Amino acid sequence: MPTTPWLKLSGARLLVAKLFVWALCLAPFLRLAWRIWHQDVTPNPVEFITHFTGDWTIRFIVATLAITPLRKLLHIPDLIRFRRLIGLFAFFYACLHFATYLWLDHGFDMAAILKDVAKRPYVTAGFTGFVLMIPLAITSTTGWIRRLGGKRWQRLHRLIYVTAIAAVIHYYWLVKSDIRLPLLYGTLVALELIYRIAVLKPLSKLTKA
Amino acid sequence: MLIKQASDLRHSDVTPKSIYLDRRKFLAAIPAAFLAGKEMLSPSARALAATKLPNLVKSPLSTTGETVNTYEDVTHYNNYYEFGTRKNQPATLAQKLKTSPWTVSIEGEVEKPLKLSMDDIMKLAPIEERIYRHRCVEAWSIVVPWAGYSLSELLKKVSPTPKAKFVAFESLYDPKVMWSPSEAGIQLPYVEGLRLDEAMHPLALLCVGMYGETLPPQDGAPVRMVIPWKYGFKSIKSIVKIKLVTKQPPTTWNITNPPEYGFYSNVNPQVDHPRWSQATEQRLGEGQKRLGIVVPTRRPTLMFNGYGDQVASLYAGMDLKKNY
Repeated sequence: MPTTPWLKLSGARLLVAKLFVWALCLAPFLRLAWRIWHQDVTPNPVEFITHFTGDWTIRFIVATLAITPLRKLLHIPDLIRFRRLIGLFAFFYACLHFATYLWLDHGFDMAAILKDVAKRPYVTAGFTGFVLMIPLAITSTTGWIRRLGGKRWQRLHRLIYVTAIAAVIHYYWLVKSDIRLPLLYGTLVALELIYRIAVLKPLSKLTKA
Repeated sequence: MLIKQASDLRHSDVTPKSIYLDRRKFLAAIPAAFLAGKEMLSPSARALAATKLPNLVKSPLSTTGETVNTYEDVTHYNNYYEFGTRKNQPATLAQKLKTSPWTVSIEGEVEKPLKLSMDDIMKLAPIEERIYRHRCVEAWSIVVPWAGYSLSELLKKVSPTPKAKFVAFESLYDPKVMWSPSEAGIQLPYVEGLRLDEAMHPLALLCVGMYGETLPPQDGAPVRMVIPWKYGFKSIKSIVKIKLVTKQPPTTWNITNPPEYGFYSNVNPQVDHPRWSQATEQRLGEGQKRLGIVVPTRRPTLMFNGYGDQVASLYAGMDLKKNY
């Protein structure tokens, strides 16, 4: 049975919380900008920026998927108010990651890029995950939710599950030997998906019945 | 011998090592120093343990016409999995490596097995400066002025028996300061190997220094191999054992992932790594500026890393696609 939330986020409190989350989400970007400005980007800057933006993309994807389980487990339903924000930041870091690859790494050499996407399985996985995020970012507005209708919108946004799995595979396939981080993210994504199947799905059936 | 001129010295060269190593703490403690002491941020102070190598002679085997990478690049972008799997980790984590006393045992199929101290190794043959291209299997490259002598000088001293066909190398494994095999994702101690004729090739360098000094820990102190026509992981670091053997010895990356890393691992632009192309490489520090940072332009990778004239005959008649 749902208990009364112990923490309500509305009004001024919500505004402060939102500003705080915004700052938190922007911090990695500011840190990256700072390091580029100070030339503190290792002897291989492109690799460094690629890894930096990639790391934060997968972290934000994991964070986005954590919102729904956390609001149930922590009894803070208002956490939902941050899901779009965090999800869009996942897309923001994915764009930076993708732009690094397109521009810094390949200088927009489309022929080379297309060959790379087709030939390297880990690039294919990453590219797939990224492309699937685009419709989600576009339809993230309230207007689009209304236009699509809650049900269809929700179904469309389940694509984030595919993106999360693609991101983990992308990471797992590209490391040379130390697979601890890909495994960690893989485990987190698996737990988040299992929670939805094992806990949320039976719950929603219950409420319908 | 590289003699440092006053004009070669940078501000950062005089930053005391203690401050350099503690720079984060230092800067956090004195925020005002953050702006005034920007120079101290530059992580280019050399380890104090490095000593100049006297009587370094220039080698005719040096590669010419290449721009040598900066010491900063070569000491802060390392693959040394015993000290972390990220490129910037060995620069700090490897400082825990204890390189003295050090003994290298040369054993196996030899007439005269030897146990050599670093002093013995330094005196065994004249130390030469050899500038080599260094090509990593990950498709980046650097140019380094190594110091050492041909491994053949050492092998001649121990007189391999007629049964000796391969040379097996082993790195130090000190679990007290190094990562565990499960953390590093590779079996430890790190092992490598060469065919005896490869090991006897004059280009195969037993390396004790770089940039006119002894090796810093993150680059494989105190003694390592440098085999310039093979991918970097063949150039084993921090060697404690050299064993002459009759059969092809196991090698670490081949054990880790046989389809991706072969025993030979000669630099070969025609044989791709299963996950990426080996046709081109990024030379660190070379490229155009975008966003104010150097974005390496890719350059074509040369067969045998450009040492084909000297080493191609070692592989005459061999299928290099099969023997990757």
